[in-house]
Amino acid sequence: MGGRDATMVLLDENGIRCDGRKVDETRRIMIKAGGLKNADGSAYIEFGDNKILVGVFGPRDVHPKHMSDTDTGILRVRYHMEPFSVGERKRPAPSRREIEISKVIKEALEPAVMLEKFPRTAVDVFIEVLQADGGTRCAALTAASVALADAGIPMRDMVAAVASGKVADTIILDVNNEEDQAGQADMPVGYMPSLEKITLLQIDGVLTPEEYKKCVQVGVDGCKQVYELQKKALKDKYFGNGGD
Amino acid sequence: MGSVSVIDQLKKTQILELLEQGKRIDGRALDEPREITIEINAIPKANGSARVRLGDSEVLCGVKIQPDKPFPDMGDKGIFMCTAELLPLSHSTVETGPPQAPVIELARVVDRGIRESHMVDVSQLVIEKDKSVVGVFADIVVIDYDGNLFDACSYSATAALLTSKTPKWTMVDDTITLVDGEESPLPTTTIPVSVTMGKIGNHIIVDPNGDEWDSMDARITITSDSDGNIVALQKGGSDGFTLEEINQCGDTSVRVGAKIREIIKAAQKGSQ
Repeated sequence: MGGRDATMVLLDENGIRCDGRKVDETRRIMIKAGGLKNADGSAYIEFGDNKILVGVFGPRDVHPKHMSDTDTGILRVRYHMEPFSVGERKRPAPSRREIEISKVIKEALEPAVMLEKFPRTAVDVFIEVLQADGGTRCAALTAASVALADAGIPMRDMVAAVASGKVADTIILDVNNEEDQAGQADMPVGYMPSLEKITLLQIDGVLTPEEYKKCVQVGVDGCKQVYELQKKALKDKYFGNGGD
Repeated sequence: MGSVSVIDQLKKTQILELLEQGKRIDGRALDEPREITIEINAIPKANGSARVRLGDSEVLCGVKIQPDKPFPDMGDKGIFMCTAELLPLSHSTVETGPPQAPVIELARVVDRGIRESHMVDVSQLVIEKDKSVVGVFADIVVIDYDGNLFDACSYSATAALLTSKTPKWTMVDDTITLVDGEESPLPTTTIPVSVTMGKIGNHIIVDPNGDEWDSMDARITITSDSDGNIVALQKGGSDGFTLEEINQCGDTSVRVGAKIREIIKAAQKGSQ
């Protein structure tokens, strides 16, 4: 990632951020459902300069067998970054960061997926970050929800995700890479809008109790915007212009 | 698993019966590769990149160029390395974890084809002799699988390298310093093109698709350079080739490779 620029203005006097956005504005988001031939379900998301591909397999047999659960299906998630996805080449082996993010995303998706309907099986979610630019876990979680729906796996709701944060003493929506590096706080939020449940929440940075409450609210409101784009991606694939 | 092998056997019989009549299961001529589409600069953050579709096989190569330490006995040469990985979302049978023998072979064959052609002119990639050189890493990931990954990976790496931009570094007071805003094309000397052929019964077919790949008795991958020289070869599979077949494969690889080279060149031109 590029070096920190001490002179960079994160928020100017008109409330405009370093990439030209307003404080409550997300980056450009494009979600596409489907696209992969072999996967049971898939999705592709461009979230600002993030480019992430998700493939879903299952419900299917569990290997190794001892991982299977007689009472419920299990969800397995792998979050993985390509060596060329970041500024300096990343070594191909999974890092501790990728392993943690895989777990956090898995636990954010579990409440949404009706795994109890498929005992002794596994649903595998493979997340591939082709290009990273801050906020990959939120973009990945958003795309993973669409891929699960595309695979036809019964779900209670989709999880939408976006980060809020604090930059130049102001609460903002959708923290980009520069703001993450130089800002004061970063709060990824994953939220199921229909069930009104937060399933992913992390904080890096310092917030007062008031700022904390505001930050969660801004994140949740952002998730509702993302949710509309998720639904649109599925509608475009299954009820697109080609006919109903 | 029993039912899977029955289907494979039926498919293999059908593919073989068609070949006896000189036909292929997807209607192609025996020496006809599938349609190739190349998207240059699919990953703008990489120094070069190319997303390639060969039929329904899809791969993505990103090139990273950065300062590195030279190998001890090669202080006057930069470093070139090519890797390949099957992403688990590319097929239901791909597992995570350390790569299995077929994937290691894939990566090594693709790397060898490019390395042995001397495509990347590593002698021009020295910052300070014996101390610091430029490393070129071409990492390939397989996104979707439908047979013949050798060629799909090779074309993506070649196209990505051809369109890569090299930053400039100099030594200032013994530290490597980036010269801002000075980029040049990666120094290359030739365009290697691999052509993979499968042998089913006594028939040899170019660019086997997924079903043909599963039915092959043997395969051969031959890489040729812009001058029409053969620079690398890998035979695989559990059957053999006759001398006559080997000669025929050599000719086919150069002839078909020349056509594919034009497709790669057109993609390179289109990106400028």
